[in-house]
Formats: sequence, structure tokens, C-alpha cells
Amino acid sequence: MARSNKPIVWGLFAAGGTVTAFFVPALMVVLGLAVPFGLLSPNDLSFDRVYGIVAHPLGRLILFGFITVSLWHAAHRTRTTVHDLGISNDGITMFICYGVAGLGTVLAAVFLLLL
Amino acid sequence: MSERQITLEVLRYRPESESEPVFQSYSVPCQEEWVVLDALNYIKDNLDRTLSYRWSCHMAVCGSCGMVINDNPMLSCKAFLRDLPDHIRVEPLHNFPIERDLMVELDDFMDKLKSVKPYLIPDQPVAEEDGTYRQSSAQLKKYKPFAMCINCMACYSVCPQYGLNEGFVGPAALALAHRYNVDSRDQGRRAREDVVASNTGIWECTFVGACSEVCPKNVDPAAAIQQTKIASTVDYFKDLLMPGKRDKSGNAKQAAGDGA
Repeated sequence: MARSNKPIVWGLFAAGGTVTAFFVPALMVVLGLAVPFGLLSPNDLSFDRVYGIVAHPLGRLILFGFITVSLWHAAHRTRTTVHDLGISNDGITMFICYGVAGLGTVLAAVFLLLL
Repeated sequence: MSERQITLEVLRYRPESESEPVFQSYSVPCQEEWVVLDALNYIKDNLDRTLSYRWSCHMAVCGSCGMVINDNPMLSCKAFLRDLPDHIRVEPLHNFPIERDLMVELDDFMDKLKSVKPYLIPDQPVAEEDGTYRQSSAQLKKYKPFAMCINCMACYSVCPQYGLNEGFVGPAALALAHRYNVDSRDQGRRAREDVVASNTGIWECTFVGACSEVCPKNVDPAAAIQQTKIASTVDYFKDLLMPGKRDKSGNAKQAAGDGA
């Protein structure tokens, strides 16, 4: 039997799952709790400050990695969920899911470069 | 000992006289400490000698008596009546062709078990005069949970992927492959990957996790499959970046101990 090529998308999927599992709760605490409850001053998240972090080359690189692997995670999970639901049209599902993730990857790169 | 009257609704299928499986009810006087298998044995001994089912050890070791009891696949020797209502529905394991009554066809599962090479594959042939293997308790701990499988096939009965695609190697066989892959005495992971890392192997699994929930021996096939996915992904990219590393048989050269 031939070995599968799925490690390519699964690698991105696994990376996306790990990254979002670690970073999304932290983001939720900072943006959803710390700022509204006054634990962080609103100035800490001022536009200029956040822009400074994001626009830094390292900031852009980290953000690009975070956005793309999260997109590929969502794409692969959606594809497998469609399969779990018994819809066997894998070619079309793959095209749509990975197409959206691919487009998102390109757009993320473009927007981050233009920042 | 208290007695309890229990209705057992058993799926019957006698291929010589029935085209479709049908339910048949039996009223069984049960002892409180009985398991479902005892009730089936009562039917066989006293009510209906034609009822067919598999069992052997009556102590959750042999894995023969797996069946679906009130929609949950379990060992009928471990399904205590005290935990069940007065009306119990007993069916053969799902996702398998029924051979007769509660017995399912095992051939497909047996072929899949064999296909993952479930035995030690050392780098160098080992002779008796080499003495015994040395293995630390930490090395044993790595694979022991995955070695507890008794092949009852409950995991196949609930696996949605196996239900959708019968070519899928399935939870128990993949967990067994992982059991050998992470054994310090084994270097056969690459040899197993032809089946394990194919499209009908680990990559067919979408991590629903039902297999691990129903396992009567607390094997965690879902975890075994995810861990195998990580190892196979690393192997895939290694082969892509260093294609010369594989020998003619398709086995990559590996350092001893690199079995994880």
C-alpha cells in the first residue's frame, strides 16, 4: 500500500491545533477579561503600541504563522467533519476547505507585508 | 440471593431460515449478581438451545463475548445486571456482517491485525544465545497500556470511520501497531508504515475518540493513533528531505532505540 500524503495537511492541522489551544485562551484572558476588568490599562493596548508590536518583522512573522496554521487547522477539521457526516464528496470538500485556507494564507501574507 | 425477572430482547439471525435479523424476547429469572452472559447462558441451557453467541473465559480476559448491550458495545461478561434496567436489548457488534445470532464475522478484523505486523521486528536477528532483552520499567510503561487489548472489537463497533469505510485498518489493529512501535526492543515502525501510514491506516481516523470510551480494558486507541500520526508525519518529512536514507526493502536505516 502506498503511504499517504496526508502528513502535509495533517502537520499544518496539528500545528494549528496546538498553537490555537495555547494562544487563544491567553488572548481571551487579555482581551476579554484583563482589559474590561481594569487589570490592564487601556493604554497598554493602544493602537500605536499594538501596531508597533505587530508591524515589527518578528511580530509579522509570528502573526503570519499563527493565522495560517489556524486556518489550515480549521480547513482540515471541516473536511474531516464533512467526512464524518457521511458526505463522501471529498474532492469538492478538499477544494473548498483547503482553497479557503490557501487564499487566507496569501491574504495574510499580503496584508502583513503591506502593514 | 434475590431474583429479578428480566426481559432480554436478543437479535436473532439464522441465515438458513431468515433473510433479515429479527428480535426475539426471553423472560429470564436472574440473580442480582449475574452479568448479561449469565442470562444468555440461562436462555441457552433452559429456554432456547438454538441461540448462538461466543464466549469463553467469563472474566474479561478472552475478548470473545463482545456484543452491543442497550446500544453500548461491551463484554457481556462484564455487563452487570445490577447496572442495567429490567429490559435489556442484546445485539451483535455493529459494523460487522452477522454470521449467526450474536456472532459476527471475524475474518476482516483478523486480516487487519496480521497486516500491521504485530510482533517484535528487531534491527538485527536475535538468537537464543544473545540472552534476554533488558528493558527498564520506564520503557515498559511506554507500551504496556496499549498491550492490554483483548481483541473484543468493541472499538470497531463504535468507530464511525470503520462504519463508513470498511477498508479502514481500525482502532485495535492500529493501537497494536503502536504498541510494538514504542517498544524499546522493536525497530519495525518503518516496516509497519506501509499499512499503518497508508490512506486506509491512521490517516482515515478523524479523532472522534469513541473507541477509547468503550474499551473495556482502558486501552486508548485514539491516543495511539494520534501518537502514530506524529511519528509518521516526522518520518514523512524526513523521507522527503533525505530520500537516500531508505534501503531497498523500504525500511529506513534507524539508530537502535529510535522506536518512538
